[in-house]
Amino acid sequence: MAKFDEMEYYKQAELLNIDYDQVPDSDWMDTPVDFRPGTFIYPGKPARLEYLDLPNAREWSVLEEDWKLQDNWKQIVLEGMAERLTKYRSFKLFMDVCVRCGACADKCHFYIGSADPKNMPVLRAELLRSIYRKEFTMVGKVLGKIAGARELTIDVIKEWFYYFFQCTECRRCSVFCPYGIDTAEITMMGRELLGLLGLYVNWIIEPCANCFRTGNHLGIQPHALKDIFEDLCDDIKTATGIEIDPPFNKKGADILFVTPSGDFFAEPGIFTCMGYLILFHELGLNYTWSTYASEGGNFGLFTSHEMIKRLNAKMYMEAERLGVKWILGGECGHMWRVINQYMDTMNGPADFLEVPKSPITGTVFENAKSTKMVHIMEFVSDLIKHKKLKLDPSRNDHINVTFHDSCNPARGMGIIEEPRYVLKNICNNFYEMPENTIREQTFCCGGGAGLGTDENMEMRLRGGLPRGAAVRYVQEQFNVNQLACMCAIDRATLVTVCNYWAPGVEVTGISELLANAMVLKGENDRKLNLRLEEIPGK
Amino acid sequence: MNDKWKIILGLVVFLAAVTFPVWRGAIAGAGEPPELQLPEGKTKCIESKEFMIDNHMNMLDEWRNMLVREDIHEYTSKEYGDTYEISLNKTCLNCHKKTEFCDKCHAYADVEPYCWDCHYDPKGD
Amino acid sequence: MKVIIGLIAVSVLFLAGYGLSGAAPYLFGVIIPYAAFALFLAGFVYRVLAWAKVPVPFRITTTCGGHKTHDWLPRSKYDNPSNAVETFIRMLLEVLCFRSLLKNTKTQPGDDNKPVYATEIFLWLGAIVFHYSMLVVLLRHIRLFVQPTPAFVTMIERADGFFQVGVPVFYLTSFGLIAGLVYLLARRLFNPQVRYISLLNDYFPLFLLLGIGISGFWLRYISKADVIAIKELATGLVTFTPSAAILSSISPLFFGHLFLVCVLLMYFPFSKLMHIAGVFLSPTRNMANNNRAVRHINPWNYPVKLHTYEEYEEEFGELMKAVGLPVEKE
Repeated sequence: MAKFDEMEYYKQAELLNIDYDQVPDSDWMDTPVDFRPGTFIYPGKPARLEYLDLPNAREWSVLEEDWKLQDNWKQIVLEGMAERLTKYRSFKLFMDVCVRCGACADKCHFYIGSADPKNMPVLRAELLRSIYRKEFTMVGKVLGKIAGARELTIDVIKEWFYYFFQCTECRRCSVFCPYGIDTAEITMMGRELLGLLGLYVNWIIEPCANCFRTGNHLGIQPHALKDIFEDLCDDIKTATGIEIDPPFNKKGADILFVTPSGDFFAEPGIFTCMGYLILFHELGLNYTWSTYASEGGNFGLFTSHEMIKRLNAKMYMEAERLGVKWILGGECGHMWRVINQYMDTMNGPADFLEVPKSPITGTVFENAKSTKMVHIMEFVSDLIKHKKLKLDPSRNDHINVTFHDSCNPARGMGIIEEPRYVLKNICNNFYEMPENTIREQTFCCGGGAGLGTDENMEMRLRGGLPRGAAVRYVQEQFNVNQLACMCAIDRATLVTVCNYWAPGVEVTGISELLANAMVLKGENDRKLNLRLEEIPGK
Repeated sequence: MNDKWKIILGLVVFLAAVTFPVWRGAIAGAGEPPELQLPEGKTKCIESKEFMIDNHMNMLDEWRNMLVREDIHEYTSKEYGDTYEISLNKTCLNCHKKTEFCDKCHAYADVEPYCWDCHYDPKGD
Repeated sequence: MKVIIGLIAVSVLFLAGYGLSGAAPYLFGVIIPYAAFALFLAGFVYRVLAWAKVPVPFRITTTCGGHKTHDWLPRSKYDNPSNAVETFIRMLLEVLCFRSLLKNTKTQPGDDNKPVYATEIFLWLGAIVFHYSMLVVLLRHIRLFVQPTPAFVTMIERADGFFQVGVPVFYLTSFGLIAGLVYLLARRLFNPQVRYISLLNDYFPLFLLLGIGISGFWLRYISKADVIAIKELATGLVTFTPSAAILSSISPLFFGHLFLVCVLLMYFPFSKLMHIAGVFLSPTRNMANNNRAVRHINPWNYPVKLHTYEEYEEEFGELMKAVGLPVEKE
């Protein structure tokens, strides 16, 4: 018998039993939260909070009545709101200007998969906005509930906890909002306020604590990391016949390479990591990995702005210590939102680095001249354009691939064309999913922003429905059997989404497909791909 | 990034736009309301003065339809009971002078009746 | 309930203007309009400055297309602007064409109840029709405030009454204004999702605008008022020489209309209607996505507690040495 944290527990017919036109009889303010297992995430463990000097570290349980908040919790939240209203124009403006036109309502993957009205971005924001009205506006103070204002109570806090951890900060709603209201901003504020009360989820705060201490979310210590890479290199040797000795913490390297640690650990992420190793080896790049800055991702983004800064600082600090010229970043989603929108502002200026210049093609990356960090797909597409890579795309002929734009690269950066250019050069069979589900309209995997844990399985499957249905569509139409993405969280969570909604479709990183298609100097007969599976017809 | 000057510039433009009538009025004055030349020796119009001010355009519209479509040539005043020939030129403009009466208000209220697309002013040049 | 309260509130306000103006014409014709306009201006400026005062710590552009990298790759200049000019055009399209709303889709159950997405243009259409009609109606009203009427206003009137239907000439925007509002209201009432999220704060301004639109329509086409007297009042007001004598020759219906307009002006700065200014300030729209090329400054950036490399090597140095990883302290 499957349990609620396993996907077999959920029947497709039951999850699909959704009717958008059916809303609760009671007003949303009077509809209590239903904390059913499978739809929420376990609390952060006190040791993790303590390690990060976060407030109110204690054991508590979501399902218990008493969440053990500070005595003056209400004052803490209201002061926290007041402070943020004077620090973030986005927050203040987004509290004020929403007209509730409803354009965002059916854009959220969690709403589409659950039909729970509080998963409409507009209502998610109203959860916070109703308190804002009550405490910070005249009209709300005077008119109260009829003007959409309500008292801040423990139940409101619980509602926040439930719904701000049912938002993956994917920004799809923000594309459609006529005022650009970004629910990711609202959710980030909501989570910061919850954080003041010590309300964190362990799936996020443990990686934060790990990253702070060991340099990566998974808590891999330096010697273990070296071990892992040795194993990866063994597999590379088997697949390609090439021997690689990857450089670590190497002073005097030209380039520091940083990628999410998710790619060091589980399949299919490790195949992407092997792809990087092969690419850099083949190019003869003078680069280095770092054990201290061994994390590209940043779960601080799902915690607080302060945590983003604390975790992100290592990249520049390590680049300076090692004396590299610039930084190259791997395939990751939210990592690139942080690099594009926060890193330079928070931890720059990176005066000690040089404007990135490809040592192979001489291309200067003017678009990264301040941050000094280049995306692997920008780097690779430039190599392919200049014909610096010898490619045999027929090695991927057994693969019908489609591409999943990850939320943050699409809507927090705009790296949309590069991965497609690369994919079309390394695969002969590339098919797009329907247009309302790709590019800036792409759907989240359902497990981003720190929600990709198994105890949240029901919401992951529900949230993954729009993506899963689109994958299923191209599977039926074009026999698509691989879903490429450039995000480590995707590589972890989309496996479940595909197994559930589109069984038979495997998840892959682009660099994996790239390395499979690359013709290497001194390679073997290349009968095996990086997964050590036989390549059909070879 | 300091964008305050941009916001203040935008506010100034907005304020200038919404107060346009105020500063325009301050420059050019309120303008005089029209003074109408009333027909000499007449004490009343076809209907009451108040009715004529608000509804003369509808009466003329009605007259046109009566004459052109229904071949009715006479109109009986609802207020006074006397009868008039349905004709802009022969009846209305017999007493009123277009330039000193009709045009005054129409110019003030910026109304462009299309009477004069077809009709001419019998007393005009 | 919210709907009823909104409707009743606007009805009562209209009746107050309609019924009480006879008893206190100077109050309704002069004092309240001045107070309302003053409150509107002051409130509007206050709200915008309150937003302006708050810094924009991060450049959080929502990118809706390909960014600027290699020259040879396609990119979306106005969905992912890389400089001030492109951003300006993006904003122009947003403010003038409601471009984000134009992208709207509708999620519907398809095969097996799985979601499919269809183009949904009616919200955009209703919004465009309403907003542009409102703008033209406002501009047309300038003829009542300014003597002589500026040429651009006459041009707008001619264009708006192009079909020369009816007496007085029927304006397209008279219809557009009311039709747009009725659509937006109907959508709020009959679309279950939108109804569920709607507040009194949404119904009240809709009813208020409808009240203004319908009473204005009534004044022009059905129960006409003395336009010359109204213009004399309006020009008097804007030149601060209001004439009390003229008030008695204006119909009560006009005062009903005027009072609703005054209520709108007073309500405006304290309501969601401020989106008219807010849209210009939206940080996800009004900034170029050029963070990696041009550093954005956060005025309150503060130092945070970090875990330095030295602390890291302190803890893991021996383990690193054991596997041959380079360290600072041998």
